Amino acid sequence: MWGEGRARRSSPPVLAKVKTFALEGVDGVPVTAEVDVRQGLPAFSVVGLPDRAVRESRERVRAAMANSGVKFPQQRVTVNLAPASLRKTGPSFDLAIAVAVVAADGGLAQADISDAVCGELSLSGEIRPVRGALAMAMAARREGIGRVLMPSANAAEAALVEDLRVIAVPTLSALLDLLRGQWQPEPAKPARAPAEPDTGAPDLAEVRGQADARRALEIAAAGGHNLLMVGPPGAGKTMLARRLPGILPPPSMAEAIEITKVQGVAGLARGGLVVRRPFRAPHHTISASGLVGGGIPPKPGEVTLAHHGVLFLDELPEFGRAALEALRQPLEDGCVVVVRGQRAVTYPARTMLVAACNGCPCARPAGDCTCNDVDRIRYARRLSGPLLDRVDLVCELGQPPPPALARDQPPPESTALVRERVVAARRLQSARLSGPVSCGDPASATASLERLSGRGQDRVLRVARTIADLAGSEEVMRAHLDEAVGYRMTDPMRVAA
Amino acid sequence: MIDACDSCLRRSHLTGFLAGAIERRGPQAERGGEARSFLRRFDPRAARAALGVDAACGHSDRFPAQLRELPRPPAVLYATRLDRVGEEPAAVVIGSRRPSEYGRTVAYGLGRGLGAAGVPVVSGLALGIDAIAHRGCLDGGGRTVAVLASGVDVAYPRTNRRLYERIREHGAVVSEMPPGTRPYRWLFPARNRVMAALGRLTVVVEAAERSGTLITADCAADIGRDVADVPGRVTSDVAAGTNGLLRTGAALVTGPQDVLDLLYGVGVRQVPASPAPTLDPQDERVLGLVSRGAGVDDLGRELGLPASTVRAALARLELGGLIRRTASGAFMVGGAR
Repeated sequence: MWGEGRARRSSPPVLAKVKTFALEGVDGVPVTAEVDVRQGLPAFSVVGLPDRAVRESRERVRAAMANSGVKFPQQRVTVNLAPASLRKTGPSFDLAIAVAVVAADGGLAQADISDAVCGELSLSGEIRPVRGALAMAMAARREGIGRVLMPSANAAEAALVEDLRVIAVPTLSALLDLLRGQWQPEPAKPARAPAEPDTGAPDLAEVRGQADARRALEIAAAGGHNLLMVGPPGAGKTMLARRLPGILPPPSMAEAIEITKVQGVAGLARGGLVVRRPFRAPHHTISASGLVGGGIPPKPGEVTLAHHGVLFLDELPEFGRAALEALRQPLEDGCVVVVRGQRAVTYPARTMLVAACNGCPCARPAGDCTCNDVDRIRYARRLSGPLLDRVDLVCELGQPPPPALARDQPPPESTALVRERVVAARRLQSARLSGPVSCGDPASATASLERLSGRGQDRVLRVARTIADLAGSEEVMRAHLDEAVGYRMTDPMRVAA
Repeated sequence: MIDACDSCLRRSHLTGFLAGAIERRGPQAERGGEARSFLRRFDPRAARAALGVDAACGHSDRFPAQLRELPRPPAVLYATRLDRVGEEPAAVVIGSRRPSEYGRTVAYGLGRGLGAAGVPVVSGLALGIDAIAHRGCLDGGGRTVAVLASGVDVAYPRTNRRLYERIREHGAVVSEMPPGTRPYRWLFPARNRVMAALGRLTVVVEAAERSGTLITADCAADIGRDVADVPGRVTSDVAAGTNGLLRTGAALVTGPQDVLDLLYGVGVRQVPASPAPTLDPQDERVLGLVSRGAGVDDLGRELGLPASTVRAALARLELGGLIRRTASGAFMVGGAR
């Protein structure tokens, strides 16, 4: 028989398996790259619902192997990415496929690799970073895998996971040396928070005037209240909003890891631990799926990218109605469930909403405005009542004072100073048992609240509680209530009645 | 009750019909003989049965006497409550549909003061000053009369529907057009002359040059009624018309007391003082500054108070009805709108 000679020359066909991960939502999902090498016309096919980038990995793997001094088998090579029902996207499977091909061809001692491998290959055999390294490492930990081989650029991020050995691997040949036991590197060190965080972050000390809006910002930060700023263009709404992440308490380790994970999946992480709360300010032309997540394959939306941080919507009435409506559920539940095709993906979305808008369509300061009632009502209606239900604080901004006036004033407080007060208030909050807000002086509470609706009263009470916490007061006092009433929503429809 | 004779009823319905025909087809409407065929079809008895509101024609005792001074009085006046029209000397308060915040505040104050003093406020239910004056009068506990260009059962503009309902309940809605007539463009200047005639005094709050408001003021002057006027900022568009009126000899009005003085003679009747709530000195100072146009941040700076204290003081003053928030979030002296 003509095939006998060939069969004797090559080693018996083996099925190689290498563990790797796909991303679904913000979580890693285990995937096994299985490679079967057998006689036949030389061919290289990838199955298991690969997308274009995964199918193209054949070319990268072939070239990278050749350039790393490993022979690519001149036989029929079939790669299966299991589970075959899960859609695979992106180039992060390159490395696992390459290792499995080498193993199946008999290039390694064992065919079933116990380590997990993630990475994109360059044609020269170098290993490029991947998205979602931290999410993949967390999945590895969950699956009980002891060691993960990661691109050097991602190793520190992945090493944040405890009880998991992460090895930084620079090239394909180094990886093969490692698997053959010819190279024994140290596990990667977990990324640490930089010693001087937030040096580049904008500081509240740069905002002159606007004492009232600064106060509203502080209350919002202390209570996690959503905030709406109303004022003419140039009053400093965006400037203030950008400084909100800074006055929030610094993220805890668990929060920082979550932020890093989400940012990593979105490809925004720089390879270290993210210690700054995110600030997202999408443009008002954004679609509903851009805001809450969606698309095929599903991608996280801005509300997820702002997880544990601040989502800033400037020119709120200009946003599409569908986009604003879509935002309501995530603001309530702290997560988004995106259903695309047969899969439901859950994204975290614990974020503070800060919105800004003009007082009226003409956007002039109060005294010069000549909008008529119909224009104003139409403008206010676009804000969608149900979304405004989630807004606890409304503050109006005027034009900032001219520089000459501001110079006479004491310099504005810095971010660090305000953050201290916010942190103290939050500490009081977590110490107190959650329950209905009571008021120290029922009579004055009635006086302050009698003209508000039921929902309005509840909201005012919650804000008043935060104000009392900021003041370090055990009880909610009349002054706290009055201030909270001052920040409540003006009913735009009142103009009509 | 319907006090209208057949011929007056016919005239009034024909006017309403022609206003619609002209708006739809232009001046050719008349040439087609539509008026003649309308009159052939018109059945006074059926029309009377379908009215459903008060009506009085020029031949009736219940027809408001003031309207007889017009060179061409309406054939019939329709009203939701005819007994509430013309009972006492009334003030017409009118102005721009796009007023400034200043105009809004003054119009509300005028309406409220006059309402409290028992002077009926006559206006046109238009957006802006008209609606605010009506609202002020109702809030002050007074009777207000809305003179419509459409039939009295057609609430126009729709934005003011809720106000329309309030006026029907506590005042009166009148029109010279039969019920069901739509607000055709042609009817507004005609409505203005009725409005001017129903008041003894016409007060213009804010008006641009060449505006419908000035037409009303002219009508009032033509039939010998007094015209008064609230001065505006010379740099403001909506003050050009009012300041022009002042130049031609309109009386100057700064508040409801001036109107009372013009109607009854100086010092004869007083605007009842609303009981002044007792304020603590700090709130008093905040109120003083707000009346001079200070914003939230100015208050803190001038009084040396933290933002939290200023907010709380403003909230107390707003709840007490001493200041109000404008749509754009500024604070102004004057009660809730």
